[in-house]
Amino acid sequence: MAEKEASTNQIGLTRTDYRGEKSTLCPGCGHNTISAQIIMACYEMNIPPERIVKFSGIGCSSKSPTYFLKKSFGFNGLHGRMPSLALGAAFADRSMKVIGVSGDGDTASIGIGQFKHLIRRNLPMVYIIENNGVYGLTKGQFSATAEKGLELKHQGMNPFMPIDIVKEALVGNASFVARSFAGDPKQVRELLKAALSHNGTSVIDIISPCVSFNNREDTLHSYQWGRQHEAPLHDISFVPTKRAIILDEFEEGSFKEVTLHDGSVVVLKKLETDYDPTDKWQALKILEKGERDHYLVTGLIYVDPDQPSLYDFMNLTEEPLNRVPNSKMRPSKESLDKINQSML
Amino acid sequence: MKKESETGQNMSKAINDFCMTVCTVNGSGSATANTTLLRAMFHMGIPVSGKNIFPSNIKGLPTWFSIRVSKDGYLARVAHDDIIVQMNSTTFSADVDYNVPGGVVFYADHIAVPIHRNDVIAYPMPVKQLISEAEVPRNLRDYMENMVYVGVVSQMLGIELDVVHEVLLSQFKNKSSVAESNFAMVKMAADWARDNLEKKDRYSVEAMPPLDDYIMTDGNTAGALGAIYGGFEFCGWYPITPATSLAESLNIFAPELRKDPETGKNTFAVVQAEDELASIGMAIGAGWAGIRSMTSTSGPGVSLMTEYMSLAYYAEVPLVLWDVQRVGPSTGLPTRTGQGDLNLTYFLGHGDTNQIILIPSSVNECFKFGWQAFDIAEKYQTPVIILSDLDLGMNLWMTKKFDYPDQPINRGKILWEEDLKNFGRDWGRYLDVDGDGIPYRTVMGNENPQAPYFTRGTGHDEYGNYSEAPEVWVRVMDRIKAKLENAREDLPKPEFRRLEGARIGLIAMGSTEPAMLEAQDKLEALGVKCDFMRIRALPFSKEVRKFIEEHDVNYVAELNRDGHLHQILSLDYCHMTEKMVSIAFMDGLPMTADLIVNALMDREG
Repeated sequence: MAEKEASTNQIGLTRTDYRGEKSTLCPGCGHNTISAQIIMACYEMNIPPERIVKFSGIGCSSKSPTYFLKKSFGFNGLHGRMPSLALGAAFADRSMKVIGVSGDGDTASIGIGQFKHLIRRNLPMVYIIENNGVYGLTKGQFSATAEKGLELKHQGMNPFMPIDIVKEALVGNASFVARSFAGDPKQVRELLKAALSHNGTSVIDIISPCVSFNNREDTLHSYQWGRQHEAPLHDISFVPTKRAIILDEFEEGSFKEVTLHDGSVVVLKKLETDYDPTDKWQALKILEKGERDHYLVTGLIYVDPDQPSLYDFMNLTEEPLNRVPNSKMRPSKESLDKINQSML
Repeated sequence: MKKESETGQNMSKAINDFCMTVCTVNGSGSATANTTLLRAMFHMGIPVSGKNIFPSNIKGLPTWFSIRVSKDGYLARVAHDDIIVQMNSTTFSADVDYNVPGGVVFYADHIAVPIHRNDVIAYPMPVKQLISEAEVPRNLRDYMENMVYVGVVSQMLGIELDVVHEVLLSQFKNKSSVAESNFAMVKMAADWARDNLEKKDRYSVEAMPPLDDYIMTDGNTAGALGAIYGGFEFCGWYPITPATSLAESLNIFAPELRKDPETGKNTFAVVQAEDELASIGMAIGAGWAGIRSMTSTSGPGVSLMTEYMSLAYYAEVPLVLWDVQRVGPSTGLPTRTGQGDLNLTYFLGHGDTNQIILIPSSVNECFKFGWQAFDIAEKYQTPVIILSDLDLGMNLWMTKKFDYPDQPINRGKILWEEDLKNFGRDWGRYLDVDGDGIPYRTVMGNENPQAPYFTRGTGHDEYGNYSEAPEVWVRVMDRIKAKLENAREDLPKPEFRRLEGARIGLIAMGSTEPAMLEAQDKLEALGVKCDFMRIRALPFSKEVRKFIEEHDVNYVAELNRDGHLHQILSLDYCHMTEKMVSIAFMDGLPMTADLIVNALMDREG
C-alpha cells in the first residue's frame, strides 16, 4: 500500500501518466533527459496533463513534445514561429500552462524575432531552448549559437561569434531567465518548477549536447572515425549510440568542466546561493564575466515576479474564450441598429 | 464612350450627374472637406461614392478625391472629370486635361498657373484673402483653406448649406466649436461666391428622396464590424496599406461591443504582431485552440504568410484571412487598387492546396462575409480568405444598412467533454465519421482524457499519429480535397443580372461590380445585350459552369494583367476555354464602365 502511494502524486497520477511517445531522437541525446525532467517537474507539481499545452517549432528539439505529456494537447508548428502559435492559442484559455520547446536553430536564427517579441509581451509560458549549437535534422550545420572556432566536417571552422540566448533574453526584458545543462537533471527540474510557477515568459536555455554531429575529425566519435573504424556507413543513416552525459553532484557556486561527445569541453558555473536573481545589473555582469573567462553561468539568472503579463496588458477576461457560449459571442441587434444610425 | 457633354456643344443641365475631383496636396487635411461635400450630397438623397487616389507618402505629393454623383445610382469611377477643384499648383495643368469639354475648374486664385484650355469654365476662389479676412489662426489655416472650397462649391452647385452644417456637426462629434468655426468659413466662402461668381456651367445638385436604407462607410470598417458580429475573439495583425484600417476598426468597436458587462474585462484580443509571419502564426494558434480567429493584410503580407497557411490547410485549422489587395508584384503600387492576388490566395501554400476564397463586391457584403467567413472556416475546419481590395476597403461607398446576421453562429463539429463522452463512435481527430470529409475536432482545454492530440504539419493518420505511409498520406489528402469539394455548393453563390435574349456573358468579381453593371447598361444602349455573373466564392459552384455553357462567349473582366479569374475558370472548365475571353486590365485605378464597353466592343465590332 505504501509503495502504491509513493508512486502517485497528490492528484493520484503516476509518472507514467506524464509520459509521451517513445523518443525517436538519437540514443543519448540531451533532449531526452530534458523531456524526462519536464515529466518529473509536472508530476511533482501535481499539474494535470490536460491543463498543459505544448508547442514547438521545427528541428530535433521541436520533436520533443511528442515524448512527454501524451495526455496534453500539442502543436508542432513551423521553424522559429512557435512563439506566435503559442501566443494565439494561449488566449483561448488563460488558465492553461503553456510549455514551448525550441532549439538553437529554431530560436536563434529564423526565430530570433518571435523569441524577442514573445518575451517583451510576457506571455505566461515556459520557453525551453534545447541548445546544442548544431542543426541535427539537416545533418550537422552550424547554428547561430555555435561557438567561434568550432569545426564541423562539411562546414569547416565557424568564424563567427555566437548568439547568447540568455543575454538576448535579458536585454529583451524577459521576466524570467535561466540557463542549465541537460546533464544536470536536478537543476533542470528545479528551474522548470520555478518557471511553471512564474506569471510571465520563463526562458530556460539548456545546453544539450548533440551526440551525432560532433563531426570533428580529430575526435574519437567523429564521422571520420566512424567510417574508418566501424563500417562504410552513409552519413544519413549513421547515428552512433552514446550515453547521455549526466553530471555528478554539482554544488552552488562551483565550476564544472564537462567533456562533450565531440571531446570539446564546456565549463559550467552554478550560481552562488546568495546570488540575487532580481538584480538585472548583476545578472548582466555575471554573464559578461562568464563570456570573458570562458564559462557558462547556470541557474536562475534573472526574475521579475511582478512584471504584468500579456493578459494583464490586454485586460483579458478570466473566462476561457473558447468556452464562451454562442449566445455571448454576437453583440445585440440593437447595437447594430445604433451603428447603422451613426453611419448615415 | 464619351459623354454627350464631352462634345462641348451640349449645355443642357446636368443635375445630379457628374464627377468632381478635388486635387490637393497629401497631408493638407483635405479629407474632412472632401467627405463633407460627399456626405452633404448623400444627405440630400443623391447617390454618391468617393474615391481617394493617394500616394504612398505622408505629406507633399499630389492626391485626388473623386466624387461620383449619379441620380441613376452608378457608383463606379469615371475616367474624366466634369468638375475639378484645384488646390495643387504642381498638377494644375495635368489635372485640367482630365476635364471634359464644358467642364468646370474651381481653383485657388493664388495658384499662378494659366488655364491652357478655353473649353472649360473657370471659377477662381480667393482662398488666401478669405482666410485673411476670417482672421483664422495661423496653425489652422491649411484646414480652413479646404473649407473655402467646400463653401464655394456648395454655393455654385446648390449643395444645401444647412446640410453641410449638419454634416460638420456629425463629423466633429464631440467638438461642436470646431464644427462651428469650420462652418463659419464655409458660409463666408459661400456668401462670397454668391456675390461674386456668375454661374456659367451646367452642373448642379437637387435634393432627391432620402436614401433611408443606406449608410456611408468603407469596406474595412464593414469587414471589422462583420467579424465582431460573427463572434470574432482574436486578431493578430501587422500594419500594411490598405488593410490597416480593418484591424484598427476592430480596436475601435470591439472594446465596447465585446466587453463583459459584469467584469469590465475584454472577451477578445487584438494583438499587433511584429510582422506578418507572427500575425498568421498567432491567428492559427488561436483558431486551433478553439476561438474565432482572424488576421488582415495585403498581398505582400500574404506572401509572407504562405508557409503557415499551408500548415493551416493540412492541419485543418479554421481562421479568417482578410486580404485587402493592392497592386503587385513586389512592393508594387502600395496605395493603388487591384485584383492581382487571386492566384496567390487560391493556391496559397506549397504542395497541393486549394483555399476557400470569398470575394465581396460591396461594403455591405464586406460586413456579411465578415461574419459568414467564421462559420465557413469552422464548419470546414480550414482557412477562409476574403479578397477585398483598396477601392472597396478604403474608399467611401453608399451601401445598404448592415443586416443583422440571419443565421445563428455555427461552430461546426467541435466536441467538448460531454460531447466526446456521448460520441458513441470511434473518434480520431482526422477520422471522417460522417462521410463528408469533415472530421470532428477537440480543442485545448478539453479535459476528457480522449480529447488531446498532437497537431503537426508532417504526415499523420486519422488519429493524428505521425505517419509517412504512402497510403495514409493519399487518404488524408483525398479526404481534405473531398471536404472542400463538398464546400462548393455551400459557399456564397454567384449573383446574376440577366437581360432577355443575351448571348454574351460578362463575368467579374469584387469591387468591379458597379462598373460592370453600368457597362451592361451602356452596352445594351448600344444594342449589345449581355448577361452579368458576379463570382462570389471559390471553389466555383455549378451555377458558374452553367452560365458559361449558356453563353456563346463570356468576357471575364478583372483588375490584373494576366486574368487570374480567367485562368482559374479555364483550369476548371478546360473544355470551354474557347468560350471565355479575358479582358483583364491593370493600371492601379478602379475599373470604369468605359473600359469594359471599349474592350468588349473592340472584340464584338
